[in-house]
This record gives sequence, structure tokens and C-alpha cells, in this order.
Amino acid sequence: MVPIAYYLVLAAILFCIGIAAFLIKRNVITIFMSIELMLNAVNLTFVAFAHMWHQVSGQIFVFFVMVVAAAEAAVGLAIIIALFRTRQTLNVDSVNLMKN
Amino acid sequence: MTHLNTFEIFLLLTILKIVVVLVITLTAVAYTVLLERKVLGRMQNRWGPSRVGPFGLLQPLADGIKLFLKEDMMPLAVERPLFVLAPIIALGCALISIAVVPFGSQTMVHVNGGPGFDLFEIANVNIGLLVVLGVTSIGVYGIALSGWSSNNKYSLFGSLRATAQVISYELALGLSLVGVVLRAGSLSLRDIVNSQSHHGMWSWNIFGGFQIVGFFIYLMAAYAETNRSPFDLPEAESELVAGYHTEYSSMKFAMFFMAEYANMITVACVATLLFFGGANTPFGHVFDGIFSHGLIHAVLPIFWFVFKILMFLLLYIWVRATLPRFRYDQLMGFGWKFLLPVAMVNILATALALAYHG
Amino acid sequence: MQTALFIIFGIAAIAGALNLLFQHHPINSALSLVVVMMSLAVLYWSLGAEFLAAAQVIVYAGAVMVLFVFVVMLLNAGVEEHTSGSKIAYIAGIPGAAAVFALLAFVFLKNKAALGTTQLGGDLNNVVSNLTEISHTLFTSLLLPFEATSILILVAILGAVVLARKEL
Repeated sequence: MVPIAYYLVLAAILFCIGIAAFLIKRNVITIFMSIELMLNAVNLTFVAFAHMWHQVSGQIFVFFVMVVAAAEAAVGLAIIIALFRTRQTLNVDSVNLMKN
Repeated sequence: MTHLNTFEIFLLLTILKIVVVLVITLTAVAYTVLLERKVLGRMQNRWGPSRVGPFGLLQPLADGIKLFLKEDMMPLAVERPLFVLAPIIALGCALISIAVVPFGSQTMVHVNGGPGFDLFEIANVNIGLLVVLGVTSIGVYGIALSGWSSNNKYSLFGSLRATAQVISYELALGLSLVGVVLRAGSLSLRDIVNSQSHHGMWSWNIFGGFQIVGFFIYLMAAYAETNRSPFDLPEAESELVAGYHTEYSSMKFAMFFMAEYANMITVACVATLLFFGGANTPFGHVFDGIFSHGLIHAVLPIFWFVFKILMFLLLYIWVRATLPRFRYDQLMGFGWKFLLPVAMVNILATALALAYHG
Repeated sequence: MQTALFIIFGIAAIAGALNLLFQHHPINSALSLVVVMMSLAVLYWSLGAEFLAAAQVIVYAGAVMVLFVFVVMLLNAGVEEHTSGSKIAYIAGIPGAAAVFALLAFVFLKNKAALGTTQLGGDLNNVVSNLTEISHTLFTSLLLPFEATSILILVAILGAVVLARKEL
């Protein structure tokens, strides 16, 4: 008998930790991971709402989010590998070729 | 027993089942090692272990005591927490997936008129097959982390190879099972077994279900998943010392070793359940009159289950003694360019056949 | 039962997320993210979404995060160094995230009664099981989006192969 609101608050906590990590972290891979964390937090709200409305559509939405996240991870990590190959670094502050 | 409520009885029975299954599995793991050494020895024209006990039967015990008493070396440059965690993940994941395997025919025990507890299965989960796949896919972390935390280039290469190999072959493995799932219409392992129980071996998925292609894809992908010969590149002695567990000694090494054999047993269990009718007899209802009473009726399914698993383990050993190791690019090409397309064609054919008949 | 599950795995998820934030090595961050995902899988299960729980473990924890760990190992990424940009991020980021959290938590807790409570396991409206309902919806009314995602995945595979090739 846990109120749905607590699930949503848990999701909000995870989402905000994701935001903070996204802003603070300097490593491209870790930044990418914090995006995944935020996606997961949103998925939790979807599942909680699906439970609340006794409908399956929320769960299907989570399914699509997972599919898109998997595709995004594949392309994103390929970009990171290409980036590392040309710049020899993973620090986002050092990737400033277009600046100045 | 009257003062316990249903939940407590359920909990106690479950813990009892877990302990029994764990003890049997670990013993089976120890004796699989002995079986492998014996059979490999015979295939290579030598005796295999024969000194400890009659026919070398106490060899696993001796090995266990040796590994247990060895000094547990901790190299200086390792990433300590992950180095300790890795073998635990590997062994834990190898043992967890056995929890959803049904060992015998469904035997319900009713206590206090409560809901029945299945005697021959720890947990009947309605997505049992997905649980097995999920737990197996978590097991990759054990290998990946062991190589990385060892801070040794051979370990790192071994674990990079193993990780790439396992995540590549997982696709073919998963897709090869879809045909069976389509036929059974369920992801529960119990339902899948029950769907093959009508006419003995002619209703098994491999024969009556025409899933023989799926079975061979599963077999090859599973050999790659468990890092067994001919796909044992992660621990190729001639190139990588011992692969990802180079730096491990004593019990930590033993845990990796046990994880490998426990994974073999899990793979054999899943193959038996999905393609060979689980605990069903191959003769269908022909001998029902003879074996219908009491104890034999209860024990016979377990006999068939263990027999089928033993056959799979022998097949594993036979393949190891026969085939040479793949080259790495051949391994990847085989997984992606051959197994994956064939698995997809198998799904398509099964789906079309089911749509036509059903 | 549900409360115990929620408390244990909720705390595990938050601890994992905080560990992701405070660890300096990417591989430790990746492993804490795996902990978050596994706890979320248990929470999904307790909310009656057992298919999603399995998909979460197989797709996220078993494939996506393994890929992350693999890339970290492949590139041999070390401890991240801090630059001037990270100081600004600290000053702006943590209060900003806290403000967003305060707003969200306020809204959710204010509507706590309207949102209702949960029961262990799903109770969907007149359906047999979660799995059949999901597959039925997915292959009938949502067939077009489903096919579109398959195209998306195909494109992603091709893109990843092209991007990660040696000669770009």
C-alpha cells in the first residue's frame, strides 16, 4: 500500500540526480550515463501511472523508450569512440575545436 | 505445523527447496569437472584422474580442499572491490537462473488448504525464460570486471573478447528460442514443457515442432555464451595465459571455475526444457500402465531430466575433445553473418507455419 | 510486502544514483547505474509490469550498460579531471537540480490523495496477463510505431557501424 505519489517522488529524485550529474560530470561517457538515468526515472513515472490507470499503454510507452534508448546508446557510443580516436580525450571541455 | 501461517510455511518450504537445489547443483558441478576430465582422458587415449578414491571418484573433493587451502593472493595493482566482486557476480548469476527450472512433473503440495507449492521447481514465474536470459546477460559483468580490475593486459584482452563474444551471441541465442515460444504461446518454462508432453518424443520441439534448426543455433550460441570450446577464445591458453582469470587464485579462481560449469548445467537445463520436453518421457503414454504407481511415477520424470542433462554435458565434452578453436574474426563473422540470419529465417518459417495451421 | 520492496529498492536506487554522481571513475559510475536499473526492475515488477522488468534487465542492464562498460574498458578511460567549466556547473547545477526536485515533489505530494495507492502486482482492467495485453496492443493498434522503431534500430546499427569504422 504505497501511495503512487511516493513512486513519483522517487522518480523525481532520480531525475534530478541525473540532471546534476549531467551538469557536473566532465567525462562524455558519464554524461551519457546520466542521460540514461534520467530516461529511467521517466520510465518509472510511466509505469506508476500505468498502474494507477490500470492501463497497459504506459508500459508500452516505456517499451518504446527502451528501444530508442538502446538505439541511442549504440550511436552515441560509436560517436564517443570516433571522438576519442580523433581527439584522444574524453573530457568535454577539451572538445572545443569549433570554439574561437 | 498448525501455528505457522501460510506465508511462513511458504517461506520455509522455499528456503528448503533452495538449499536442496543448491547442494545438488554444486555437487553436480564438481562431478561434471570429474566427468569432463575422465571422458576427455578416454578420448585422448589416457586414463584421466584415477588415484583419489575408487576410479578417482573422490577427485572433486581433493580439488576442492586444495583450492580452499591455497593462499589467496591479492596482486598489488588490482582494483580491490571490483576484483573481489567479479567472481561473486559470475558464480551468483550462474546459480540464480536454475531457480526457475522445473525439474520434474508438476507436483502440488497443499498445506492447510492454502495454494499449492510446486515440489519440483523453486519458482514458477510466468516469464521464466526471460528471467533465465536476463540473469545470463548480467553474468557478463563478472567476466568484464574481472579482466578490467586485474590491471593485466592479458586479462583485459580476455575479458574484452569475452564481453564482445557474449553480447554478440546473445542475439542469436535469444532469437533461436523465439520459435519455441511461438509454438508454446507462453514464456513460462512450465507451460513450454507441458506443451511438449502429449505424444512422447514426437511432440518434443526438436522433432515434432520442427525446431531442429533453432536447436542447433541455440547449441552453438550457448557454447559461445559459456565460453566453451570451440569458442573458448577468452581463455585461449596459447595466446592469453588464462584469459580473464589470470590474476585469480584460490577460492576466487574456484568460483570462476564453478561458474563456468554451473553455466554449462544451466544451458543443458534450458535446452532440455525447450527442445527435449523437459522431464517428460520419450515414450509418451505407452508405458503408463507399468509405471503408474506411487514412487516410480514421481521419480521417473526426474530420472529423464537428469539423463537428458547428462547427455548434453557429454555432448559438451565431446565437442571440446573434437573441434579446434575458432579464430577471432571467424567467431564474430559466424555469429553475425550466419547464426543471426538463420535464426531470423527460422522465426519467419515457424510463424508462417503456425499461421497456416492455426 | 510492497512497502518493504519499495523502501529497500528505492533506497538502493537513490544510493546508486548518488554513487554515480560522486564517483570519479566512469566504470564505478557505470556499475552504480546498473544497480539503479536492477532496483528499478524490481520496482516495475512490484507495480505489475513483469515484462518491462525483464526487458529492463535484459536490454538496459544486460546490453546497454555492458556496452558502456565495454567502451570504458576499450578506451581505458581514466579518472576524470576537473576544469574551470566544472566549477560553474557545481554552482549552477546543484541548486538548479534541487529546485526542479522541490517543484516536482511539491506537485506530487500535493496531489497524493488524488493519485491513489498501489497494490502488489498489476490489476489491469479485465485482461488475462500483462504479457498478452502488451503484445496484443503492440501488434494491433500500435503496429505502425512498432515497425517504425524497427527501422530506427536498423538505422542505428548502420550508423554505429559507419561511425566506429577506422577510416571515417
